[in-house]
Amino acid sequence: MNAIDVSHLRKRFGAVTAVDDVSFTVPQGIVFGLLGPNGAGKSTMIKILTTLAQPTSGSAQVAGFDVRRNALEVRRRIGYVPQQQSADPDLSGYENLLVFARLYGIGGAQQRQRILEALELMDLGDARHRLVRHYSGGMIRRLEIAQSMLNDPEVLFMDEPTLGLDPLARHMVWDRVAKLRRTYETTIFLTTHYMDEAETLCDIVAFLHQGCLKAYGKPAELTAQYRPGADLDDLFIALTGRPAAKSVAS
Amino acid sequence: MTAAPLAAGVQRRYRPAPLNPLTILTQIGAIAIAEIQKLRHDPLELLTRVIQPVLWLMMFGQVFGRVRGIPTGGIPYVDYLVPGILAQSALFIAIFYGISAIWERDLGVLYKYMMSPAPREALVLGKAVSAGIRGLSQAIMVYIIALLLGIHLRAGFLNLLGVAGVIMLGAAIFCTFSLIIACIVKTRERFMGIGQVLTMPLFFASNAIYPISLMPNWLRAIAIVNPLTYQVDALRALMLPGYHMVFSVAVNVGVQLASLVVLVFVAARLYPRILD
Repeated sequence: MNAIDVSHLRKRFGAVTAVDDVSFTVPQGIVFGLLGPNGAGKSTMIKILTTLAQPTSGSAQVAGFDVRRNALEVRRRIGYVPQQQSADPDLSGYENLLVFARLYGIGGAQQRQRILEALELMDLGDARHRLVRHYSGGMIRRLEIAQSMLNDPEVLFMDEPTLGLDPLARHMVWDRVAKLRRTYETTIFLTTHYMDEAETLCDIVAFLHQGCLKAYGKPAELTAQYRPGADLDDLFIALTGRPAAKSVAS
Repeated sequence: MTAAPLAAGVQRRYRPAPLNPLTILTQIGAIAIAEIQKLRHDPLELLTRVIQPVLWLMMFGQVFGRVRGIPTGGIPYVDYLVPGILAQSALFIAIFYGISAIWERDLGVLYKYMMSPAPREALVLGKAVSAGIRGLSQAIMVYIIALLLGIHLRAGFLNLLGVAGVIMLGAAIFCTFSLIIACIVKTRERFMGIGQVLTMPLFFASNAIYPISLMPNWLRAIAIVNPLTYQVDALRALMLPGYHMVFSVAVNVGVQLASLVVLVFVAARLYPRILD
């Protein structure tokens, strides 16, 4: 079974078509990268797959459930790290996670154990009682990843997970994403417009441009098909007609 | 990185709890407890909230206490004012919960709440309960002020329990109403404008500072559909010795419960709109 199945998906906002007849699959247990320039439809795609937006037509299944008909079952099986930093600054790291543990119905002895385990995995064990307003950007991002792991998601969605982070923090996030995949075999669906990030992390990538799917495959195969010796940056320019974002880590 | 071979039939270690009343109560509690934790981190906020009721009781109450024309049923005017001011201070806290929802939306936290398996009703009720808890802290403050001003309030256990219940209910109603407004106006700036416009008529078109028998018919018509009127009537009965309720207990509680049910139903349906 695939972790994600998208079939002829379309999303219109009035006269604007944000996602236009897109179909692709994401096999279980891989890191999948949805690439494309700003406004390509990546965030809309994530909103549909995480049940926060309804598709205009077409269908999408996540973890075996239809996002429209079985939204609750999908929500139980996914995690989400949004593009903007999203932790409550007036609560400690531990308290931030406690809210979500309760929302996911994780109680009893399991609750504390899962929270501490997630915080440890993200190297936040020592900082867990500090208010999040005193965390650095990289720490908040790791806290969000810790939060998204609490329900042991089958699919973890990360929308531009390293946007605005310094090189050290970005590498730390990459390292944790790899660890998460390795340890829990979580399927990871990330969007990025940093091509080096996609090349480092992703097993399969797809290019979205103006709402349409332009390419899909393993990064090495896609670039080799385009031109021997090319990288994802070259492919990005060829497909979208503009250069990819310059990564701070490269 | 190359794809590692996957173990056949991966077993997730965690299976989400089924949606039963206990899970839903835990989800409501998740939001409410977070609010208490924030108060614990910043208790000064509670003290700043005490200024307004003090000013109302000390200034407005003292001056209007000299006016003999307000029919309070033989109760001194300042005493008569205390339950109204308590309801008002809980109302003022609750009515700005919409702003905090917009703030949470801007922080990105609300997106993640909406993506959790918690039903929207639980998320709305969680906010409503937190408004109630803040309202309770106001009640404690108002009792202390009343004590200092030498105002005699009923202090039986059942009376205090009743006051707590009515304050929670009233705060929940106006918090939910505020969330509905936030879902419609969507920005903090617009909300600030509307919030001011709403609190004034809610407060003055009620029996909080004068009985509705003094009002012209058109204003009385508004006061009759205003849940604050029923909250204040119930609070007066619970707090003031010798007060005779204008409405019955059943009407006071029934109107408030019905208002809450309708508002939670509407707010839960509108809540995802705040994300647009």
